[in-house]
Amino acid sequence: MIYNLPPALLFAYAAVLAALGSALIALGTARVPGFKTLMFILLGLSGAAAVVAGLAALSAPAAAVAELPLGLPWLPWHLRLDALAGFFMLIIGLVVMAVSVYGPGYVRDFEHGQDSLLVLGVFTGLFVAAMLLVVLADDAFLFMISWELMSLSSYFLVAFQHEQAANRRAAFIYLLMAQIGALSILLGYAVLAGFGGGFAFDAMRATHLSPLWASIAFGLGFVGFGMKAGLVPMHAWLPEAHPAAPSHVSALMSGIMLKVAVYGFIRFTFDLLGSLQWQWGVAVLVVGSISALMGVLAALMQRDLKRLLAYSSVENIGIIFISLGLGLIFFATGHPLAGVLGLVAALYHSLNHALFKSLLFLGAGSILHATHERDLERMGGLLRRMPWTGLFFLSGCISISALPPFNGFVSEWLTFQTALQAWLLKGGVMRSLIPIAAAVLALTGALSAACFVRAYGIAFLGQARSRRVRRARPVSRGMRSAQGFLALLCLLCGIFPTTVLQWLNAVPQQLLGRGLNEATAHGWLWLTPIAPQTASYSAPIVLLALLLVWWFSASLLRRGKVREVRRCDPWGCGFSDGLPSPRMQYTATAFAQPFRRVFGLLFHVDERVEREEPGLRHQLQITDRAWGLFYEPVGRWVQAASRRVIRLQSGNIRVYLGWSLGTLLVLLWLIS
Amino acid sequence: MNTAAWWLVLLQALLFLLGAPLLVAWVRRVKARLQNRRGASLWQPYRDFYKLFAKETLVAHTASSVFRAAPYIVFGSTLLACMVVPLLALGLPSAAVADVIVLVGFLALGRFFLTLAGMDIGTAFGGMGASREMLVSALAEPAMLMAVFTLAMTAHSTNLASIAEHQLSTGLILRPSYLFALMGLVLVAIAETGRIPVDNPTTHLELTMIHEAMLLEYSGRHLALMEWAAQLKLMLYGVLIVNVFLPWGIATEFTPLALAVGLLAVVGKLIFLGLLLGVAETGLAKMRLFRAPQFLNLALLLALLGLLSHVILEGGA
Repeated sequence: MIYNLPPALLFAYAAVLAALGSALIALGTARVPGFKTLMFILLGLSGAAAVVAGLAALSAPAAAVAELPLGLPWLPWHLRLDALAGFFMLIIGLVVMAVSVYGPGYVRDFEHGQDSLLVLGVFTGLFVAAMLLVVLADDAFLFMISWELMSLSSYFLVAFQHEQAANRRAAFIYLLMAQIGALSILLGYAVLAGFGGGFAFDAMRATHLSPLWASIAFGLGFVGFGMKAGLVPMHAWLPEAHPAAPSHVSALMSGIMLKVAVYGFIRFTFDLLGSLQWQWGVAVLVVGSISALMGVLAALMQRDLKRLLAYSSVENIGIIFISLGLGLIFFATGHPLAGVLGLVAALYHSLNHALFKSLLFLGAGSILHATHERDLERMGGLLRRMPWTGLFFLSGCISISALPPFNGFVSEWLTFQTALQAWLLKGGVMRSLIPIAAAVLALTGALSAACFVRAYGIAFLGQARSRRVRRARPVSRGMRSAQGFLALLCLLCGIFPTTVLQWLNAVPQQLLGRGLNEATAHGWLWLTPIAPQTASYSAPIVLLALLLVWWFSASLLRRGKVREVRRCDPWGCGFSDGLPSPRMQYTATAFAQPFRRVFGLLFHVDERVEREEPGLRHQLQITDRAWGLFYEPVGRWVQAASRRVIRLQSGNIRVYLGWSLGTLLVLLWLIS
Repeated sequence: MNTAAWWLVLLQALLFLLGAPLLVAWVRRVKARLQNRRGASLWQPYRDFYKLFAKETLVAHTASSVFRAAPYIVFGSTLLACMVVPLLALGLPSAAVADVIVLVGFLALGRFFLTLAGMDIGTAFGGMGASREMLVSALAEPAMLMAVFTLAMTAHSTNLASIAEHQLSTGLILRPSYLFALMGLVLVAIAETGRIPVDNPTTHLELTMIHEAMLLEYSGRHLALMEWAAQLKLMLYGVLIVNVFLPWGIATEFTPLALAVGLLAVVGKLIFLGLLLGVAETGLAKMRLFRAPQFLNLALLLALLGLLSHVILEGGA
């Protein structure tokens, strides 16, 4: 049986099994010390197999399908590995590979309590296997099972350091919202299955829903997947949960679990729902824009490096949904080329975000490992103490700030190119909405550059602000090489966008029957999304020119009269004792202060100065307005509703029996 | 033909390198005359560079490699951004390599390293300058993109040469979108090049500095490169305004005569623009830092209005 399997599916099975195997091996880590290494090796093999499976699926002409005799008796597991699934499998594989190289060095901190390493290993393996299964699933049943497995196993990872109350709270919020989201997705599938007559995705694809039911299903799916992806205002769990997990798990969660949610949304909307409506695109575009802007602004205000990165994930998910919204609008109004461009931009950004966000989380983890410090205000001068981590973190910062020649720029460029096709559209609403969304995107890009200049400048440059940071040592070689691997991928995806697009092109080709062939038609040097005269970008030439100009100016100036530089003391601001102390440096809070003043209205900023003996005490608290505007009303409403329902609960057994009888009668009446 | 075009790109870069100090000197001269001073010679910036390049370069003990690499990165990326803008002729291959979004990206790359260098030494002023620079640019960059997108949507292209070509072929039609975009871009150019009323390039007060605060620790050739990059940026914005919004006179073919006409046209336009800048700077006072966001919001609003009036009023086609 195994011989006639397509190779893509074979490797996908191998990936899932290896991830499960690593979970199994983790059970034994308490007894056998060597199992720890084996666990990560298996995880790495799972990643590598997923990469191979993904590449095979992207290059295969058609989807690979299989049925496994597992699950319900009348509903075997349907598996399907098409180009879309393959692409996301590739993303998962790349990040899992990096994490498996990083992990052994990082978990050394947790080895004191052996049983906790067991928990970590088991649930990491399950988590990876579940994400792979979500991507592979071809029926709603398997999809929901693996989705729930993904949510639950990551819950245990968030709650891993449960000694701290903040982490327990984060894990609870995460679990709660994951369940609400899953319920919404389940209902969405129920609508599709109800009309399609089956849980298999094939049956759902074949049905044509009425516009109203399609919109209801879309709304349910959007809420469910958007909650998992962390769209504003359903993002509140994300900045709590991602920093609470160990850093390599944060990399998995921010880097790929959010992408699995994006995958789910694309699968649900573009593939299963079929006939698209432009109003959905508008909703997605608006929510995406708000998420991008609020995410980056919140990131800019954070002091905790991992929380900053988590909020920046909200921003990047927002950017992905902006592209998806543009794609939806163009598709629904009959402009497939621009629609494909939007989808491709979203996919490209998903890949990029997975790479650079995992890189940055691994970097933050390295800092945490070396200094036990997450607070930016206590860092400083780390570049000289951890030069490699500093270099890789810098490339991550450049990528996420969408600067050429790194990868973040390419996907943002593609998104702008999509938005510039707004002239194709007819209605005034969309025509004016898209430029505003483009303006938001531009603002987001610039703000995220500010955010990461702040993060890098405060953490890695300047002078150390605390003793632990002053004594930081470089992390192990494995941890460094994992970051180097991701940094290299970031650069490669930035320099060879045409090659990446050639692989990526299979996704819209299989999903929508239309590719972006023009983009890659002019050779690997040129990226021309619509047509060469509309827009072109040649990343290799740009990189070459940058290097040439730098080399030329540097070598020219070294010939000057005075070749050497002389080291001296920095200017002491006129103080007689000379050197400026580390405490004189600009702080992260100070850096964000002008932004707080300009954009403060969007947050609940509580900034006060209290008179205390001796001197003054400054207090600053920034709260997300989503809590007050969205969660508290919902919470109040739920409580009010439960107060009504509680009246049923009299504590008298006869009343309860009466209720049961009544329910039974109603159900019988309904069925007959 | 193709190699000739690439040589022309290099020539253009050279002209930018040589012309930028001259443009700055011209603006200074205009301001001096308006203030009843004689002012320095037009060659003064070159003399300054000569002096700085010959001087010893000092680097603080606390500086990392970012501080030493930043001048080259800032200078290089600004120069590359200059190569993308059509100075003498249209249809250069550099415009196809990098479009206007990439140009904004180059400038952002330079700024990224400039601000990092400001924070590298660990003095208060560097961080202060970096924070302010990022605020100003965060507000200016979307305005700039919206302004150029207005033109890009009109021309259905983000290639600067195609945009200018489209302007040439349609002739001078005063569209509202075009005016809004031009006004927005002018405000952005003032903010991004650190001119009055957003920043004052000649200030000696550290507390009011933006751009200069980040350069406080630089000396010798590093300082020269940073200054040169800032001057290049001023010329870049000048050329962007005059040659993309009013491209008349620019060479459309690579004959010596056309190129000479193109050179004369752009020099004339820049002289006029420098005059305007000098007059405006003499008449205005520097704003408080927290007035700058209002100024930039106005720029963003104008640029967005331009784009909206293009897509709604002008049919967008």
